Amino acid sequence: MCKNPYIPHTATVEDTWFETGGERCIKTFKVVFDDEKVRDQWSHLPGQCAMIGVLGVGESMISISCSPTEGQFLRFSVMRMGKVTQALHELEPGDKMMVRGPYGNNFPVDEWQGKKILTIGGGIGQAPLRPIVEYVRANQDQYEGLTMIYGARTSNDLCFKGEFEEMSKCDDLSCHLTIDVEEEDWQHNVGFVPQMLLDLDPSPENTIAITCGPPIMIRFVLENLKKLGFEDEQIYTTLENRMKCGIGKCGRCNAENMYVCKDGPVFNYSVLKEIPEAFA
Amino acid sequence: MSAMLLNKEKWPEFVGKLTGKNVWAPQSDGTEMRFAPVGENEKVVLDYNNTRVPPKGALFPQTETMFKFEIGSDKVEEPPLDQEVVVLGLRPCDARAMTIVDKLFKWDIDDPYFVKRQEKTTLVGLACNEPGLNCFCTSVGGGPAATEGLDVIMADLGENYFVEALTDKGKALLDETRDLLEDADDDAQKQKEKLSGEAEDKIKRSVETEGVPEGLPGLWDDPLWPRVSASCLGCGTCTYLCPTCHCFDIQDETEGIDARRCRMWDSCMFSEYTLHTSGHNPRPTRKERTRNRINHKYSYYVDKFDVIACVGCGRCTNLCPVNIDIIEILRQVKEAL
Repeated sequence: MCKNPYIPHTATVEDTWFETGGERCIKTFKVVFDDEKVRDQWSHLPGQCAMIGVLGVGESMISISCSPTEGQFLRFSVMRMGKVTQALHELEPGDKMMVRGPYGNNFPVDEWQGKKILTIGGGIGQAPLRPIVEYVRANQDQYEGLTMIYGARTSNDLCFKGEFEEMSKCDDLSCHLTIDVEEEDWQHNVGFVPQMLLDLDPSPENTIAITCGPPIMIRFVLENLKKLGFEDEQIYTTLENRMKCGIGKCGRCNAENMYVCKDGPVFNYSVLKEIPEAFA
Repeated sequence: MSAMLLNKEKWPEFVGKLTGKNVWAPQSDGTEMRFAPVGENEKVVLDYNNTRVPPKGALFPQTETMFKFEIGSDKVEEPPLDQEVVVLGLRPCDARAMTIVDKLFKWDIDDPYFVKRQEKTTLVGLACNEPGLNCFCTSVGGGPAATEGLDVIMADLGENYFVEALTDKGKALLDETRDLLEDADDDAQKQKEKLSGEAEDKIKRSVETEGVPEGLPGLWDDPLWPRVSASCLGCGTCTYLCPTCHCFDIQDETEGIDARRCRMWDSCMFSEYTLHTSGHNPRPTRKERTRNRINHKYSYYVDKFDVIACVGCGRCTNLCPVNIDIIEILRQVKEAL
């Protein structure tokens, strides 16, 4: 009999911490599958998602925010928004999280070998980009370089801040952080992400640009990438929509003829620009 | 496989022979016809036009348990889904609809609930002699005596039912009831064909689908969408009662420590359907939702599965409380192309 894809696996929360505070705070979970077989069989690539949840409450589709190169665990960074994410936020180390997946396509990291990688993220949109950053850093000899632009409204809204503060001191990548409004003791850029992209003026030559963030940011980043001379084929983004099944059955995540859960979440801009609903 | 005849007087006995299985058939509840399990004293009615609720629930129930669990435990229990089911007297359009949703439920990853139910279900169809007012099956690849998706086809010849097995499952079912059946002669075959030809002629409504799947997405900003959706109440009847609509929601239900994860029919005509938790809604009004519904049936599904996700049963038109008519929408689409 075939394995039922709707049955989640049990994982134990090993560690949790808050990325940001406030009403819509973001908490990161590091989880490990209880069953050794599941642990060994699980394989994901940057860009993929998983359905995570709590039995009796429900599940939500969340980006896997770690690279497989980091070890045999998964990381999810979850904003507290509704019923399920509230229940997830109540999980502490030792508690059980139910996980199924991985779902969706992935960033074509193999195709990108030999190229320069440029990630442009905003707010929680950095969660699906973080695995690329980690993947490229772990396979540095296969890529020409790594540039990261990341911004949020305030310094308190930046995810993975500690990691990026570290990274900005490293030689293996060029890390650019920005916040919307001036703050005391802020050592990095002040301004919107799309403007910072223009100011940095990265060369499109042999470069892949990947962006994820609020829809309004994505729209201006795409515009500015075009101004900088990037071809559509050099630009990738990742979409989100409401989902229930994760395997292309329940119907709701479609952007026109594409199911975000199966045909996405990663899309090349040359495909996406033909789908007005993707930007709705 | 060879054609048989079942004298109508033997119909109750025919149904009775199948009592070891869970038999679903159209019954009257006093006001309307509905598919329901046949109990001992319940009367199966076959001279009906079609049921309000399609029999898609035989393979994809309105609400079904995906698994049970106890709060605080991670042990889950799946339903066995090992009961044999016979659906008697479904219309060819509704059987064909099951073959259409079949493509989605087996796309890449099999949906285990649908697949298991399907394996255990035998579909005995009944050809239409009197199509309904808004039937247009012949425009979208079906017909009043179409056999696609059926295991057995029956036709009402007056005194007898014409009965023919179409699959091994169907043959097995007729073998069980063999003593009630007699061989059909050529006249019976001819009469069946004549009736089905006459039924086709009685279908008065039609849609033209040529160029629609390719052309529809190009009408994204066409003024036809606000026009055709203006009177929509967002009640979801058109999709809920559509035999090819397959969308579902998944919810956890708890009672004390007993809990289940279940899925239930959902509709793309509801605003909550696509509503993000942030409050953003990619389909904020009925215009976008109507556009999606028509595109999904007549373009996206064709693109993915090479078949129009509409069987022309006419339910969405018959049952819409504000008389929105899919045939008229498609006429306007065709005109705008």
